[in-house]
Amino acid sequence: MQQRTPIEEQIDLPFVESLRISFQSLKIRFGRSIITTAGITLGIAFLVSVWTNNEIGIALQESGRQSTINTFEETTEQGISTKDIWLIVMSLIVCVVGIANSMLMAVTERFREIGTMKCLGALDGFVVRLFLLESGFQGFSGALIGALLGTLGAVLLGLKDYGLDLFFYFPLLPAQPENGPMQLGVIVVILIGCILGMILAVIGSSFPAWRAAKLPPAEAMRTEV
Amino acid sequence: MNDIVVKTEDVVKEYRMGSNILRALDGINIEIERGEYISLMGPSGSGKSTLFNMIGALDRPTEGQVYIDGQNMSQLSQRQIAAFRCHRVGYIFQSYNLLHVRSAHGNVTLPMIFAGISEKDRNERAEKLLDMVGLGDRMYHLPDELSGGQRQRVAIARALANDPSIILADEPTANLDTITGREIIDLIKRLNNEQGVTVISATHDLKMLDVSDRIVDIRDGLVERIRNRDEIEIEVGDVGGE
Ligand SMILES: Nc1ncnc2c1ncn2[C@@H]1O[C@H](COP(=O)(O)OP(=O)(O)OP(=O)(O)O)[C@@H](O)[C@H]1O
Ligand SMILES: [Mg+2]
Repeated sequence: MQQRTPIEEQIDLPFVESLRISFQSLKIRFGRSIITTAGITLGIAFLVSVWTNNEIGIALQESGRQSTINTFEETTEQGISTKDIWLIVMSLIVCVVGIANSMLMAVTERFREIGTMKCLGALDGFVVRLFLLESGFQGFSGALIGALLGTLGAVLLGLKDYGLDLFFYFPLLPAQPENGPMQLGVIVVILIGCILGMILAVIGSSFPAWRAAKLPPAEAMRTEV
Repeated sequence: MNDIVVKTEDVVKEYRMGSNILRALDGINIEIERGEYISLMGPSGSGKSTLFNMIGALDRPTEGQVYIDGQNMSQLSQRQIAAFRCHRVGYIFQSYNLLHVRSAHGNVTLPMIFAGISEKDRNERAEKLLDMVGLGDRMYHLPDELSGGQRQRVAIARALANDPSIILADEPTANLDTITGREIIDLIKRLNNEQGVTVISATHDLKMLDVSDRIVDIRDGLVERIRNRDEIEIEVGDVGGE
């Protein structure tokens, strides 16, 4: 038993321990983790499908092909319609709000756990790192699946609109046509989707976790969800 | 000279709710000796849990000082406070507060992970502690798979993980039936006797009276009176006669 020795400083946890604790937590909470991850998947799938659909549209226009279904959009000089920009921006907002919301909910229902861990000697930094790791992993896997699903959706839509021509002019890689807008290509869109999903998940989770970790444990443990 | 483990000096805690200020603690002065078993009693809302939080460094007082082992808690850094919670205090709550993603064993090892104890040592110690509280055969069950009494035993084993000098228990028997409550009290009392750990427990439970060395009655955020063991026995008689 410690007598009147001065109180020492709490040590940092080795990274491997944090990693183990976070994976264990994801594993046991598997059902709940899947729901949170599905939130990310949906947001990114929506964004990537709208965006890829747009890329496909531009690529086929560039190639001189017309949509079999005649669209009456007035195209801007660059060939990208204001409606499309609108759609992309809207889907981006839906994606940001959706992911932030599902991460926030997932953290809020764990305030008590955060307070308890602090009672046992967790440093604020450990709590934040735990949520960073968990949400980073969820964000990456959720966003990757979402991006692939979104691409699949856009390809199916493209097939419906352009038929098999789609595959001859498929905008897989970035391209810069002479008198058209810069095309990012589907691969880049997928990458952006993954990175965006991961960043959103990590911020959406670590920020509320950081706020909860800053609270005195008594406050954190009071919150009932 | 007496060995004082916990000392509070005019501890005041105010909660601000909008424009209202609620004074939950109104200047608490108590001294607790090493190895004592103290019960904090008082009606609901009198400030027991608030005082518990102040002594356990789970919240900061609005005014006044708390000294643990002679150390002024308000002068500690964040890291020292974390180390204090990790090493010096074991917390037991009414609602157990186990981490439901970790098994009984995982709950008991967590404070030892935070303390930097090697995997082999902490596994051994967790097994020993769980055996001691009578859960040797349920070590790898998740809290959801355990009864209330069993969960509280896990919480007690966890509280002892880093060999604390103080056990803080906030109504540890409130969610348990009489017999299970009695068992939990006996277990805590045994630790108090055998390991010399100081026990401070908030309670409504009259069963706690006859194991306590002293009872601190709290009312409206103030210490109303402090009764010693000999005075208590008379009162327990009274309660029985009513
Ligand atoms: N975080 C808080 N915010 C606002 N008021 C609070 C907070 N915590 C406690 N209080 C108030 O402070 C007073 C004391 O509360 P406390 O929880 O310490 O009582 P208690 O003696 O533990 O009661 P019980 O026996 O019901 O557990 C109560 O009036 C309560 O409403
Ligand atoms: Mg209380």
